Amino acid sequence: MARYLLTRAWQSALTLLLSTIVVFVGVRALPGDPALALAGEDRSPEALEAIRRHYGLDQPLPVQFAQYVERMAQGDFGVSIRTGTPVSSMLTTALPVTVELSVLAILIAAALGVGAGVLAAVRRGRPAEWLANGLALIGLSVPHFWLGLLAILYLSVATGLFPASGFVPILEDPVDNLHHIVLPAVILGTGLAAIIMRQTRSAMLDSLSSDYVRTAKAKGLRPRAVITRHALRNSLIVVVTVVGLQLGGLISGAVVTEQIFGLPGFGKMTIDAVFQRDYPVIQAVVLLTAAAYIVINFFVDLLYSVIDPRIRVTGDPA
Amino acid sequence: MTTASAPVLEIRDLSVSFPTETGTVSAVDGVSLDLAAGEIVGMVGESGCGKSVTAMSIAGLLPGSARVTGSVRLDGTQLVGARESALRRVRGREIAYIFQEPMTSLNPVLTVGRQIGEVLQVHERMSRRAARARAVELLTLVGIPSAAQRVDNYPHQLSGGMRQRVMIAMAVACGPKVLVADEPTTALDVTVQAGILQVLRDLRDRLGTSVLIITHDLGVIADIADRVVVMYAGRVVERAPVDDLFAHPRHRYTAGLLSASPQPGRHAGTDRLTEIPGLVPVLASQPDACTFADRCPAADEQCRAAAPPLEDVGGTDHVAACWHPCLTAPTAAQEANR
Repeated sequence: MARYLLTRAWQSALTLLLSTIVVFVGVRALPGDPALALAGEDRSPEALEAIRRHYGLDQPLPVQFAQYVERMAQGDFGVSIRTGTPVSSMLTTALPVTVELSVLAILIAAALGVGAGVLAAVRRGRPAEWLANGLALIGLSVPHFWLGLLAILYLSVATGLFPASGFVPILEDPVDNLHHIVLPAVILGTGLAAIIMRQTRSAMLDSLSSDYVRTAKAKGLRPRAVITRHALRNSLIVVVTVVGLQLGGLISGAVVTEQIFGLPGFGKMTIDAVFQRDYPVIQAVVLLTAAAYIVINFFVDLLYSVIDPRIRVTGDPA
Repeated sequence: MTTASAPVLEIRDLSVSFPTETGTVSAVDGVSLDLAAGEIVGMVGESGCGKSVTAMSIAGLLPGSARVTGSVRLDGTQLVGARESALRRVRGREIAYIFQEPMTSLNPVLTVGRQIGEVLQVHERMSRRAARARAVELLTLVGIPSAAQRVDNYPHQLSGGMRQRVMIAMAVACGPKVLVADEPTTALDVTVQAGILQVLRDLRDRLGTSVLIITHDLGVIADIADRVVVMYAGRVVERAPVDDLFAHPRHRYTAGLLSASPQPGRHAGTDRLTEIPGLVPVLASQPDACTFADRCPAADEQCRAAAPPLEDVGGTDHVAACWHPCLTAPTAAQEANR
């Protein structure tokens, strides 16, 4: 087990370094000159030169990269070219919003998806299954930016049940915070919920017809124990895999959702930065997204070994 | 053991059919069978003859689509048509099962101790801790060495034979009256098979459990059973004490089965095994005819016109459903060799 963890941690670190290089090179391959964008009215060669020198843009790329990594290691992601504020302080205000939105969306999606999936499998061929399948199809095929707009129209503007936009930090007022974020989280979670539901349903159908479920029934267990302890526990392996694979989609979905609901999160920060060619911000954002992805995958792998004892021995032949 | 005492399990005229997309399929037709206390009865037949369906229907484990008629009484209590909650109290406590594939029949994500303990928690209201302790005793009982460590193992960490012993430990946890073993040794090596059969015999001797063992392997039957029931196409075609059946098979199908299996001394040298031509038919309904007629060397018009009843064919408690039972020769093969 320890060896397995070590291997996975080392792989994760390597992936992180590679993504750093890709991000660094990628941003510099973008068309457009940040010095030009910063110079504003005064576009004299001297002024541009001064700007480049000030931000280190006149150095060769490898030097820029070395400096970048060194500063990053100290938690310094540079200063936003556009606003002049440190990127790290921008992140400390934006990140909690996105993290809260994503975590809430995953929780909602998992609860809805697993619940509906189990129900659809257990009530196979009955109205409950058709309903779950129909809802999943809608969840999958309707783009959530449109769903978000509909929600704002009907649940915010028309009825005033939820605020249409804005955000209140959780530490300031937890209730108001939830009030603001629950609608975006539901919208963001719909696609994921649909995918989880479908995977849960098919995995449950498999395990419900398995030999070990027959054994569980032959032992005289109650249907609920058979379903949760025996069938669902085995189905979760598939579900966790799917959730892990879908998290990338969730992050990009968060960008769109934040834009629609005017949440001052990571996504809004990203879009603003891309339009402004704010290199330091883009670098930080992309890198952090990559890091989040890597870390999440690491935890998904850990979760596997918790759910499925057979995986525990794979990395540890002893 | 004989059937003299009142039977623990009494199956009368049990029929099972399944609706399918192409119409109804009849799987079991009018099976009757008694199981006395401490008796081991073997049920034998080819794949698809209705052995497993019969076994599963005893404790109502067939899918909801199955149509079951007839009667299954456990110590006088009717199980066919009983409420699901009543059946749950019987399953695992009074009637326990052992299945063919010990790898897939155990849950891969739970420790074997947990899976054995579960039965005790449900039926004996034991705490998880007490159930685990009892699981260690049960593992020892079925011959698993260092049971105290093995109890925390997952199924994949055990060998096939060990897993089947775990299944047995799970089955006997509550001291059931009846143990139904559906092909318990089929997936195992021959040497391991012998060990498993020994465990079953020991349990019968120590706990007085009645065992219904289902197999297509006549060697297993000869090894362990007191009595044998031969099934063909959903019907019981012959029933006899084990020695009597092997020495004097009366139904033509039984004779065919015996000459299709190798037996020491008999087929040594040039003698070849005789196969029964054709396959077990899949029947939409049970015809009023002998279902074996199409594969039978002795079949005539009578066999195709009326179903033969199970009748006494001599010997103690030896019945067969055949219009033209084998008379003297032990097997068709020997008959041919004369």
